[in-house]
Amino acid sequence: MNAAVVVFPGSNCDADTLHVLSNVAGMHARYAWHADTALDDVDLVVLPGGFSHGDYLRTGAMAARAPVMTAVRDHAARGRPVLGICNGFQILLEAGLLPGAMLLNDSTQFRCEWTHLRVESTQTPCTSAAGNGQVLRLPIAHAEGNYVIDPDGLDQLHDHDRVVFRYVSPDGKRSAHANPNGAIDDIAGICNAARNVVGMMPHPERASEAALGGEDGRAIWDSLLAAAGA
Amino acid sequence: MTLTPTHEPPSDEVLREVALTRDEYHFATDLLDRPPNPVELGIIGGMWSEHCGYKHSRPLLGRLPSEAPHVLIGPGEENAGAVDIGHGLAIVMKVESHNHPSAVEPFQGAATGVGGILRDIFTMGARPIALLDSLRFGPLDDRRGRYLANGIVGGIGWYGNCMGVPTVGGEVQVSASYRGNPLVNAMCVGLLEHEQLTSAAASGAGNELILVGADTGRDGIHGATFASVDDPEASHRGVVQVGNPFMEKLLLEACLEVLQTTDAVLGLQDLGATGLTSSSVESAGRGGTGVVLHLEHVARRASGMTPYEVMLSESQERMLVVAARGRAHEVQRVFTKWGLHSDVIGQVTETGLLEVRDNGHAAATLPVTMLTDAPTYTYPVERPAYLDEVGSLDLDALPEPDDPTTAFLQLLASPNIASRRPIYRQYDHMVGANTVIAPGGDAALLRIKGTPMAVALSTDGNGRTTYLDPFVGGAAAIAESARNVSCTGARPLAFTNCLNFGSPEQPAAYYQLSRAIDGMAAAARALETPVISGNVSLYNESGGEAIWPTPVVGMLGVLDEAEWRCGMGFANDGDEIAVLGAGRPRLDGSEYLSIVHDRVAGQPEINLVDEVAVQRLVRELIAGRLLSSAHDCSDGGLAVALAESAFAGRCGVRASDLPMSGRLDQTLFGESQSRIVVSYPPLAGAAVAAAAATLSVPLTPVGTVGGNRLSIGPMDVSLARAEQVWSQGLELALAGQASPG
Repeated sequence: MNAAVVVFPGSNCDADTLHVLSNVAGMHARYAWHADTALDDVDLVVLPGGFSHGDYLRTGAMAARAPVMTAVRDHAARGRPVLGICNGFQILLEAGLLPGAMLLNDSTQFRCEWTHLRVESTQTPCTSAAGNGQVLRLPIAHAEGNYVIDPDGLDQLHDHDRVVFRYVSPDGKRSAHANPNGAIDDIAGICNAARNVVGMMPHPERASEAALGGEDGRAIWDSLLAAAGA
Repeated sequence: MTLTPTHEPPSDEVLREVALTRDEYHFATDLLDRPPNPVELGIIGGMWSEHCGYKHSRPLLGRLPSEAPHVLIGPGEENAGAVDIGHGLAIVMKVESHNHPSAVEPFQGAATGVGGILRDIFTMGARPIALLDSLRFGPLDDRRGRYLANGIVGGIGWYGNCMGVPTVGGEVQVSASYRGNPLVNAMCVGLLEHEQLTSAAASGAGNELILVGADTGRDGIHGATFASVDDPEASHRGVVQVGNPFMEKLLLEACLEVLQTTDAVLGLQDLGATGLTSSSVESAGRGGTGVVLHLEHVARRASGMTPYEVMLSESQERMLVVAARGRAHEVQRVFTKWGLHSDVIGQVTETGLLEVRDNGHAAATLPVTMLTDAPTYTYPVERPAYLDEVGSLDLDALPEPDDPTTAFLQLLASPNIASRRPIYRQYDHMVGANTVIAPGGDAALLRIKGTPMAVALSTDGNGRTTYLDPFVGGAAAIAESARNVSCTGARPLAFTNCLNFGSPEQPAAYYQLSRAIDGMAAAARALETPVISGNVSLYNESGGEAIWPTPVVGMLGVLDEAEWRCGMGFANDGDEIAVLGAGRPRLDGSEYLSIVHDRVAGQPEINLVDEVAVQRLVRELIAGRLLSSAHDCSDGGLAVALAESAFAGRCGVRASDLPMSGRLDQTLFGESQSRIVVSYPPLAGAAVAAAAATLSVPLTPVGTVGGNRLSIGPMDVSLARAEQVWSQGLELALAGQASPG
């Protein structure tokens, strides 16, 4: 499987993501530069975490208008998988590839800590090999992960099984305490109507090796590999 | 080109602004054989400030051992020190203070402190892999104390998080001594291959000087001299710089890329204190050359800036690159790719002079060696009288607490002992995908990808101990940071340090500085850990009172096999718990004495032979895979150390038959150096005891791991309640709410 990790000025999880895609998931992964205009050679595009353009203006707003995003749109329009992690999710929102927006965390602070996610839908390339309702332990690291969407948009997500991950307690139950940022409906990740574009706030690339405290993130890479093989 | 000596002798006010004494002005005039012009005066003042010139500390710093076979770059040679860690790799590291700016504008002051230390590391050609921050705050029950503390933590997080460099450790202590003069010491650690080490020397006449990064503005003028005078509160906001971590991230990537893709770069130097002045002078000093600067080529962010302002601006996120003659464009092409503006602003010369020109006019002409060799001062070292007053502690006059459990919970809730999570969860401590032991442990542990190794990092320093006995405090800062590193299993290798003291012109502060350095030197020799870099922050005073003398040590250790690592948390029900080490707990200078009895008194102690032995023992036990946990027994004594290991491992403690060491409060809460709390499976007990006996380290059985209570001596508290008090203590204090303790 060929993958591209897009580097925007200010991306800072690009190297971690490339490392995990290559050395843990065994993909053929390369970087793509924000000014690139073609991604024809890859099966998977990952928009990594970081502070693209310093998060100035709004998180992801400037990156969403980079030349490479035209290629990302084309890639998505062909039904190929796109995964946005943290800042990558924020960029997908700003690019209109996913609905909704991000607010400052309800704590008003940056939060770096482990969270638990429940897989709400296995009908995406990023979760196809996970169990429905499976609980994954993944870390977050963001100041703006407080997902919001208008009531109609939320209905759309619910009606079409497009909420991919929710923050839950370790036993898989929803609770206000388990939601680290105030996101509406405890939403941690969603997909588009065609189901091939997924955005998530937690960082699976930080939880893919036992030495770093957990391997639950592998569920995402295993799913992508399985979906590509299918 | 000559300058006409038409300048009137400067007024006292002008000299104060550039932080020079009248004698130093005359000395400079003698060296030049003419009076300096106003631009030159500003340059001399900046270069001769304590911050750049180390004029009071340099004679003392030479006492620290700095040589060892694995030291690649020692203190003062480059922007940071470097050590060989094997596998062809080197670690570059340094700690630096940003105390004075943080006292005025805590968020930007702390943020730009992080920015500055990051540049010191990537200037060396290394990729920064970790940040640590040693912080000291005034009381948090005071609104301004909380404003400073929250602002400082916020600024550190903002800068480091955006840069994508994990903040993996540090410490925080709160004391009235730091009211109005908080301490912000930021440490950065970088990784590189030996051959990637890059010098900051400007060598080879005709080579070109490129200024890259942010435009030059009026911010931060006199930052270095500001850091070298008393009473930051009397100063103003204009001297504090404003950071742009996004610009710095671009600089980082562009600088590393340019080093990797061309050999046109001969030297890299960041612009820190005194900006263009020190960066050009220090580069020329290292190269044994001169430099000529053409200020009209310096991009400005404000109009009408004078040569004086351009030379002394401390605008952040700027670097000076020495490029081979005629190859500047190769370097600038990479900067342009990263969206960075750069200009050729000067050349290296053979003159040995700093020549500053503005549209062809000579603005300043000064010998480089005059600027790099600041006059130094030494004073007699006289033991101050206060030491006799605070040095004695009469235990008979100190009542034992009626209920030790109340005192225990009070300690757990205190901002000096309570969980640091409210702070470190605001820092991205995982980015980089190397963090094996995250903040909250004795030392942070980072794997080195592509090798089986890991590096351990810890910062330590105890102002109260150093106040009570500067020698012991200095030695303990080295010993404790090394002990924390040893508790992960790693072998301490080298250290960096930041010396935060009061005015060296005050006899008490000078004595503290001199003796603390002696103590550090003694411990560093005993533990065989050389100093490789450091920074001095003097004049830390507020309202006429010096802060507690606070040496901060950042220790690096190497663990050959990351898999051997040991954590601090109790792991298995039924494991035996013991204290390793000969240290005898004392209430002198303890957290308990300060928090429960509101007293700072007594005579702290350290025995370096015991210290070396206990650290060696714990490393051997960990390498032999005998231990389930190891944790330094420090602030709050044995009871707190047991509780911390219990919280980390979510296991209770059964230690009701605690062996007494003096009276009960001394046994529970007394502190000493050289003690480590370990746990191990019963089957390993004989091997652990044998190893301890071989190294003549006393082993004191304490109890066993298990249950969901902390039963320590006569105390018996549920783990959940104790943990709640401990986890909320600092969070509530930072929010201005009372603790439930």
